[in-house]
Amino acid sequence: MLLSDAPFDPWAWLGQFEKTLPPGKAGACAAFVGSLRDFNDGEEVQEMFLEHYPGMTERELEKLLTEARRRWPLLDARIVHRVGRVQPGETLVLAAAWSTHRGPACDACRFLIEELKRRAPLWKRESLSGASQRWVSGNSDGYAAV
Amino acid sequence: MSIRVRYFASLRETMGRAEESLAAEGLDTVAGVWKAVNRGLPMPANLLCAVNMEYARPETPVKDGDEVGFFPPVTGG
Repeated sequence: MLLSDAPFDPWAWLGQFEKTLPPGKAGACAAFVGSLRDFNDGEEVQEMFLEHYPGMTERELEKLLTEARRRWPLLDARIVHRVGRVQPGETLVLAAAWSTHRGPACDACRFLIEELKRRAPLWKRESLSGASQRWVSGNSDGYAAV
Repeated sequence: MSIRVRYFASLRETMGRAEESLAAEGLDTVAGVWKAVNRGLPMPANLLCAVNMEYARPETPVKDGDEVGFFPPVTGG
């Protein structure tokens, strides 16, 4: 689990991380990469601010990873999430799971992103054109609702 | 000793402060803490809360030295 206040390249991050896995074991990697759009609900989004609860956010993300590892036979799983100011086009979140086969990897990846959206203490505030701001509402009902 | 109360996101803006400290005397639950800082008003139904950085419920007990967090529904990911 990593919270990053600076932009990161999710594809480079995945490539680097895969080098730490035992070679020849991971038959499958499933990854979700979420990025900031420059539009939402009919408005132009100029910037986003991601607020978090330092300490609790990290704890909740670690819990999600622990649950995923308990529920599926994974070689590993990771979450990287941006905090602070984010520009359109930048990656907001990376959730990834590695397993012997595609089933557990895909299911665990979906679990991680849906439950992250339901549980992790993170809040998005959009900066719109004309210097107005709004807090984003509505998210995920969680993995059970998928 | 006291109870540290913290607010996040839109609630932080509504409250006009990020945190405050309350004397623990007479406060026994999360809902009691909320009422103490909001003129006796009940907690809004969709408000989330945590005690010592673990998700909690309005009836969760609190004690001297605890940290209580209040925040709106989360929107990460």
